[in-house]
Amino acid sequence: MLKRKGFNGLAVMLAAGFWLLPSTAMAEGLSSGNTAWILTSTALVLFMTLPGLALFYAGLVQSKNVLSVMMHCFTIACLVSVLWLVGAYSLSFGDGGGANAVIGGLGKAFLSGVGKEAMSGDIPESVFFMFQMTFAIITPALIVGAYPERIKFSAVLLFSALWLIFVYAPVTHWVWGGGWLADLGVMDFAGGLVVHATAGTSALVLAFLLGTRKGFPTELKPPHNPGLSMIGAAMLWVGWFGFNAGSALAADTSAGMAMLVTHISAATASLVWVVIEWVKFGKPSLVGVVTGMVAGLATITPASGFVGPLGGLCIGLAGGSICYWAVGLVKSRWEIDDSLDVFAVHGIGGMLGTMLTAVFAIPVLGGGGLAEGVSLGGQLVTQGTGVVATVVWSVVATFVIVKVTTAVVGLRASDDEITEGLDVSTHGESGYTL
Amino acid sequence: MKLIMAIIKPFKLDAVREALTELGVQGLTVSEVKGFGRQKGQTEIYRGAEYAIEFVPKVRLDIVIDDAEADRVVEAIRDAGKTDKIGDGKIFVLDVVQSMRIRTGETGSEAL
Repeated sequence: MLKRKGFNGLAVMLAAGFWLLPSTAMAEGLSSGNTAWILTSTALVLFMTLPGLALFYAGLVQSKNVLSVMMHCFTIACLVSVLWLVGAYSLSFGDGGGANAVIGGLGKAFLSGVGKEAMSGDIPESVFFMFQMTFAIITPALIVGAYPERIKFSAVLLFSALWLIFVYAPVTHWVWGGGWLADLGVMDFAGGLVVHATAGTSALVLAFLLGTRKGFPTELKPPHNPGLSMIGAAMLWVGWFGFNAGSALAADTSAGMAMLVTHISAATASLVWVVIEWVKFGKPSLVGVVTGMVAGLATITPASGFVGPLGGLCIGLAGGSICYWAVGLVKSRWEIDDSLDVFAVHGIGGMLGTMLTAVFAIPVLGGGGLAEGVSLGGQLVTQGTGVVATVVWSVVATFVIVKVTTAVVGLRASDDEITEGLDVSTHGESGYTL
Repeated sequence: MKLIMAIIKPFKLDAVREALTELGVQGLTVSEVKGFGRQKGQTEIYRGAEYAIEFVPKVRLDIVIDDAEADRVVEAIRDAGKTDKIGDGKIFVLDVVQSMRIRTGETGSEAL
């Protein structure tokens, strides 16, 4: 406002006058309430990756690889942040001109033209940029779960960079950036398709091409620190409030209900896993209860702004049970070493939740209703279209990206490096010096 | 001199140490080990997949004492460490060729 070096008495009085207006009616239509909430949500969602997801994954691997998965999460966060500024934000949310149905343009590369005062609705565009960036960070970080204990670090970086640009940005643009899925009316509140379906499906493809861990499937080592995983999972739960409730992009009733249904789904799905393990094995486990939690959270994500408490409960029940079954499907039947079950929990969860969004959005089930003139059947077809498009694109693009990555830097660490443990062989560090 | 090497259940360490102190044993070394004998390991289950844990945590005691004390020490360890269940452990008696106190250079029984 006061850009001149000096200021005179009139300017001071005018500036003072603005502060007397209600906080929601500041100049340029900025809502400080909404802005405050999205600033907070940004921090919460970054917290999900750093250190939530890092700790969650760290506890599940062998001790000799604990640092490597944390390194993957941390470095991906940094890499994506820079690429987001360089061009990925623009590709996701920019105007693609003639190609806008499938991708944004590079008009906002390096945030060109986006100054401090630029707005995105009633919040600063800088805040919207940051909030969306934390989503762009966690999505490739989720894929870390497919490849621990045997991947080359250079491959992690190259793969993640290419994947951000060729999978995450396009799908984000389709669903949230004014692309063709948005035009079709696909309902994805916080990223069932954009985050979970993409990450899960791509994880499956990468795990398949990378090959299994030694000893898979019957002679693996168990998680080295389930307690660490629980700590990370708890951070994910809390952070997810920023993920889903923040996706309302406002501090309003949508955010409130989104937080509520998110929480209920997490709690319900966790209990589902407790029950399943208790009945099947007689021993409900900590790893089980936190995995159920993640399944519940992933499944509610696309629905969180559209459903009511009953929807949260039912989606938690569905997510918990179906994702449990999916873990066995991938590991035992398909024998794909998606080591930390990214597809079963996030992929299946995200796709299931996307479909259930239509069902539980209907008012009689407590939802906020479907769009004007749209039937449940019609919305289910739309949601299904979104799922199929996302899955097909993720599979094809990931396959190509993995092939390119393999050709340029390789993919799998050497047998000796894997045996020694990636912490020492790749990063020159030991997780525990006792 | 004899080296008494005893593998016992971890929770029995305090009871065994008290019994040895009462006998007048001046020092011993404890290490945390794992192993198996007739007590097999167990199965742990994570996300529906079974992991066979072959080794069971145990505690190993190493005590070097004069020949004359060996039998009493073995008996004390056995009495304190026994639970009558599989996995109680084992005691081995080995001959010691030489021993020395680092601080003073004393050797033989003087070093114990």
